[in-house]
Amino acid sequence: MENLENKIKINLDGKIIYARKGSTIVEAARENGIYIPTFCHFEGTDPKACCRICSVKINNRLMTSCTTPVTAGMEIESNTEELKDFRKSIVELLFVSGNHFCPTCEKSGNCELQALAYRFKMLVPRFPFSFPRKEADASNPKIIKEQNRCIACKRCIKTIHDEQGRHYFAYKNRGQHLEVVLDPVLGASISDALAKRAMENCPVGSILYKGKGFDQPIGTRKYDKQPIGSEIENQS
Amino acid sequence: MNKKILATTSLAGCFGCHMSILDIDERILDLIELVEFNKSPIDDIKKFTKPVDIGIIEGGCCNSENVEILKYFRENCKILVSLGECAIMDGLPAMRNGIPIEECLREAYIDGPTVQENHEHIIPNDEELPVILDQVYPCHEIVKIDYFLPGCAPRADLIWNALYALITDSPMEMPYEVVKFD
Repeated sequence: MENLENKIKINLDGKIIYARKGSTIVEAARENGIYIPTFCHFEGTDPKACCRICSVKINNRLMTSCTTPVTAGMEIESNTEELKDFRKSIVELLFVSGNHFCPTCEKSGNCELQALAYRFKMLVPRFPFSFPRKEADASNPKIIKEQNRCIACKRCIKTIHDEQGRHYFAYKNRGQHLEVVLDPVLGASISDALAKRAMENCPVGSILYKGKGFDQPIGTRKYDKQPIGSEIENQS
Repeated sequence: MNKKILATTSLAGCFGCHMSILDIDERILDLIELVEFNKSPIDDIKKFTKPVDIGIIEGGCCNSENVEILKYFRENCKILVSLGECAIMDGLPAMRNGIPIEECLREAYIDGPTVQENHEHIIPNDEELPVILDQVYPCHEIVKIDYFLPGCAPRADLIWNALYALITDSPMEMPYEVVKFD
């Protein structure tokens, strides 16, 4: 029998689930086999709550579930038509605010932005395309930083650092000119393993490990057959 | 049952979407029983000869001729379908968006590494030629589009399912595996 001593009861979409005390709504949902999408939140790092894709409704108010801890008796709406459309609109906004050309992208099939568009059945964004002019920086010997595809989620900044804690990636400029850039000095000595992890952690195709790409045939990639989140929903 | 009338065209596209229509394999024999093709590269009819039920557009609009043809389709088709990434999101042609036209034309005709024998540095500008637009536009930003079928190229099953649903006025099956952007 499951030990319920350190657990509290919450109501998620009308279903009673037991959540660990101190866990966030995203964590509680995932531990109960319920998927709430996240972009900027990445397991093992502090939540940032900037992308809003994990928004849920509590007391009729939108809250980011990656930062909101569960409390006893909490009633949460997540998988409603309204919230699904809200999340879909965020995916659409990300598509139109960058230059996301899936057919030419090395990350296609393994991209979380694309996978969420598939999950939400996005056929065309409801917003007009902006086609901003952005550059790719290929000056680093191991990494290409493709600014056209960056969604500024900060995952690379938070997770890719050396043993002394120095970050390889950083924000540059502000507002609409904000970019995530690779430190040209520190980045020159980045290890193969770290460069590959940077590519893996990037939810889109903005960080590419040089000399490798399109190595998985169509049909065998991560999101070709199963929607994103199904690994959580199908867990026993 | 009267046959539905079908028309297709390729604007700023590569004809890959039309190849994908042919990829429905032996179901093309069923399609011919259900529809009659009008203006299309498949039968080489150049002008609409009757009102069309379903118009299929491949490719976005990169020049004035594309816009003209798209509007001609909208005027003559009851239902217009954007087929493929270029028609929906501009696809590869949109990689020039954001780059000034002059820079694009100079790269293509004067400065590009593969340019040869253009000693007089001529950029074609004859009035017979369609005018290139400031950027490539997706079809739905020019005219109203009724349905969207993404993919590069769209999976043959997606095209067949959509056409069958439109022809027979039945709900469309859209399995996860067939709606892809690449």
